Amino acid sequence: MGVCIMYAPAITEGFLAEVSSLPGGERITQCIQCGSCSGSCPTAAWMDHSPRQLFALIRCGMRDEVLASNTPWTCASCYTCYVRCPKEIKITDVMYALKRIAIKEGTAKPETKPARVMAEVFEKLVNKYGRNSERDLMQQLYLRGTGLGRLIRDMPTGMKLLRLGRMAAFGRDKVSRKGLQQMKQILDAVDKMQGL
Amino acid sequence: MGLAYTYYPGCSVGATSVWYDRSLRAVAKALDVELHELEDWNCCGATAYMSVRELQSFCISSRNLALAEPLGRDLVTPCNACFVVLHKANRYFHDDPNVREKVNKALAAAGLHYNGTVRVRHALDPLVNDVGLDTMTEHVKRSLGGLKVAAYYGCQLVRPDTGLDSKDYPVILDQLLASLGAEPVDWAMKARCCGASLIVSREDVARDLIGDILQSAADAGAEAIATLCPMCHINLETQMTRINSERGTNFDFPVLFFTQLMGVALGVPDAELGLDKGFIDPRPVLERRVTEVPVR
Repeated sequence: MGVCIMYAPAITEGFLAEVSSLPGGERITQCIQCGSCSGSCPTAAWMDHSPRQLFALIRCGMRDEVLASNTPWTCASCYTCYVRCPKEIKITDVMYALKRIAIKEGTAKPETKPARVMAEVFEKLVNKYGRNSERDLMQQLYLRGTGLGRLIRDMPTGMKLLRLGRMAAFGRDKVSRKGLQQMKQILDAVDKMQGL
Repeated sequence: MGLAYTYYPGCSVGATSVWYDRSLRAVAKALDVELHELEDWNCCGATAYMSVRELQSFCISSRNLALAEPLGRDLVTPCNACFVVLHKANRYFHDDPNVREKVNKALAAAGLHYNGTVRVRHALDPLVNDVGLDTMTEHVKRSLGGLKVAAYYGCQLVRPDTGLDSKDYPVILDQLLASLGAEPVDWAMKARCCGASLIVSREDVARDLIGDILQSAADAGAEAIATLCPMCHINLETQMTRINSERGTNFDFPVLFFTQLMGVALGVPDAELGLDKGFIDPRPVLERRVTEVPVR
């Protein structure tokens, strides 16, 4: 691991152990750097680090660089790497775990904001109404994540969906009051746990 | 036939994919398959939620599983995103005692309990594997007449580990469409990712992926694309114009839910299938191909 010496000040002791202990990260020490993940990944070209590189960085303890990487936020959850990894590392789950740490510690880059806002808005809408609405999700995203330029560009598509009756201008679907109460009780109970 | 399932529509069918839901229900009726909508189901959270709130996502997904369990039927959803999340929550519940314990502890707060006995399935699965393709062919009233259709599976039907079909080169939708008289084209991108919600957060990336998928379908000579996921469907459908202007292409595929094509073949009236509700009208292509099948 000669490369690591160059970055010695950036190394966080125990980062590999930290990632290994995350759900999905159990087998990460088994990575043989074969690159099947990067070769399979449809979005690797847009990532700061390909999945293989990210795993090399994790093993070197490059915590800050890994948690600032846009890689987990560019993952489309297609699971192609996951099913091809000869060491059966649950790569997609590792990406999710890295997202969660990056959110918690506020280390994700500004360019990943739309993806972060989307996850946040999605969660809020589901927790509040019990169901998602594509319209409400996009409205919030235009306001908070992607900017209004995007709204203007998407307008013709939105109008077409309205005209075709595939998007409602008002109202929304939600679960019953009893159902929402149940969801709240479930989520409150989860809040008291230490995650997985 | 007596086939009956608990039906989990998912949130997209309330809006952009409303004709997926309606055509599926119409097709089920034509095949004498009962779909009983799960009462008061809640959103599974999809990948956006699951990726950042894993345990919460498993727990709210499991509320649906707990509600479905006493009904004793398989839980069927037409959406790949719902399918992958509900299936994953179910599998992790089954495989991991830690997940099982925490999910049931959370459910108990709402007076619910899950034993882990529900089988989660994508709607395509029972149509192909329970109804069966021979029965399907017997029900055909209008043959799809050799329609060159690109069967597009997307990701989350066959990956990560649903065991439904090949993870790289699935064929069941091709077989289903062939049983209705279509001629599915052989193409490379049938299970390649459309970018899903990257269309929101990284539209440049998603559009690049979608453009390659459309190009692959065009290269294979497809006249239409059949989808089985609301997210794939809307991505392919809504980005075509923009891709054409960026790439200088002339893609004009009607994008149809596979259930809409099934409906055409099974003789469901057009009005129940929403054929006129797509971005590109499929009816000219269908009129060229579809032929009445003599009554047996």
